[in-house]
Amino acid sequence: MSVTPPRHGHAFAAERPPDALQRYSEASRLTHWAVALAYVLLFCSGLALFHPFFFWLSGLFGSAALMRVLHPFIGVALAVLFFAYASRLWRENLLLPSDRRWLRGMLGYMTGRDELRVEGKYNAGQKLMYWSMIGFVAGLLATGLLLWRPYVAPAIPVDGRRLAAVLHAVFAFVMFVGIGVHVYAALWTRGSMRAMTQGWVTRRWARYHHPGWYERETAGEPPPDRRESA
Amino acid sequence: MALESLDVRRRSASETRAPDIRSRQEVAKLIDISRCIGCKACQAACMEWNDLREEVGATAGAYDNPADLTASSWTVMRFFEEELPERGLQWLIVKDGCLHCSDPGCLKACPAPGAIVQLSNGIVDFQQEACIGCGYCQAGCPFDVPRYSPKDDKAYKCTLCSDRVAVGLEPACIKTCPTQALSFGAKEDMRALADERVGELKERGYGQAQVYDPSGVGGTHVLYVMPHGDPALYRKPRDPSISPLVALWRSTFARTLGAVTMGAVFLAGFFHWMKVGPVDPDARPEGGEEKRS
Ligand code: SF4
Ligand code: SF4
Repeated sequence: MSVTPPRHGHAFAAERPPDALQRYSEASRLTHWAVALAYVLLFCSGLALFHPFFFWLSGLFGSAALMRVLHPFIGVALAVLFFAYASRLWRENLLLPSDRRWLRGMLGYMTGRDELRVEGKYNAGQKLMYWSMIGFVAGLLATGLLLWRPYVAPAIPVDGRRLAAVLHAVFAFVMFVGIGVHVYAALWTRGSMRAMTQGWVTRRWARYHHPGWYERETAGEPPPDRRESA
Repeated sequence: MALESLDVRRRSASETRAPDIRSRQEVAKLIDISRCIGCKACQAACMEWNDLREEVGATAGAYDNPADLTASSWTVMRFFEEELPERGLQWLIVKDGCLHCSDPGCLKACPAPGAIVQLSNGIVDFQQEACIGCGYCQAGCPFDVPRYSPKDDKAYKCTLCSDRVAVGLEPACIKTCPTQALSFGAKEDMRALADERVGELKERGYGQAQVYDPSGVGGTHVLYVMPHGDPALYRKPRDPSISPLVALWRSTFARTLGAVTMGAVFLAGFFHWMKVGPVDPDARPEGGEEKRS
């Protein structure tokens, strides 16, 4: 009487249910994780350069001198991958009137009460994250390029390099906060991680978090009672 | 002076304080521009002692040779022709190189622990084995001194012959100067000597003469006697100090703020999870997910 399907119904590592919805394509997932990997490497090396307390992180790269050489190359790789990835998503991240409503109710969502109806594939929080990441990656790329020794830095006036260094550090820390929220939100909304690792979400997940998207994805399907019994 | 040359007073990218219980004898080099004849003996002596050889280059039609400091020219004579209102054409010869600041911007900016050290006698020394070639020291220096070697991608500059000073010798440039334009000794003594020379210059009609020991960087361990006074004539900043941008960027405040920000993100996530827990529509009763406010 006690052990019944509900527990298995959403067992976390379960194989893909036949009626799962595809949320992220394989190409998106691979690009996303390549960007994430580059970000981790950049963050560790940047932190080692920023604060002596974290200088030991340079050991992850073999030596500090090698780390200094690699950091800008990884940065350029991240920017290229990120913009390739982001350029395919901009349309779905345009802010809609319904997003303003969602943002007003965000506090309730964050404290675990119910979420306001989301129309798009992404909610307003995700959209704002998207646009701020575009800004920060561009800012970090631009300021980082100015500091790139030996290729670019020697041609930049010293005051330009000083300003670039300060802005680079500021951008990096604000971006860290953004990425922190992004990772946390993914862990917090169960099922999101699986969507980004395996690509699919359950119908209930889609109905709950992105009803507008769900309705568009499933439009034209036979009514649910017939599908579920099949 | 030997002991002071071995003690490290400050180390780049290091938070803890260096031992400084002993009183320290600071050294200084005095460059009296009024006595310099631009013979470049000091430049040659520097290369000899430090075993450096400059690439053969082309002259730009001036006596400056090489035209700028490089990774293997740690001191360079610069020649400036100036038309001065009262004195007419003057030839100003400036021995350029690191000034060994008491508050070195290069050291402040360097992210590699121990790549730049300040010895307790005031000498600022680069330790190339710890240098990672990032170029931050260049952004930190108010005098545009550190230079890179394209060969090893590491920063170099005048060491004030820290190796010679450590064993009681004077720097190679001092040793070789034929006109006593260069002197070396305790900083106090050099300061007194510089003031004396300025007094002499004033008697000879150089009313503007002054010592260059800029307080914006806490004073330097290379002093200039400038006969015409204005540092700008000698292409030295009038009032040098570490750029406020560098001071902000490498400050304990910014570093701490950065670390605290990161810690706050982790803590906020941790406590939010503990309070709210995950959102899991799949675990809700069937149909419950459609409920909307
Ligand atoms: S002159 Fe420049 S390189 Fe020399 S100690 Fe001062 S800041 Fe450092
Ligand atoms: S390049 Fe300059 S700032 Fe960078 S590690 Fe070397 S000495 Fe330090």
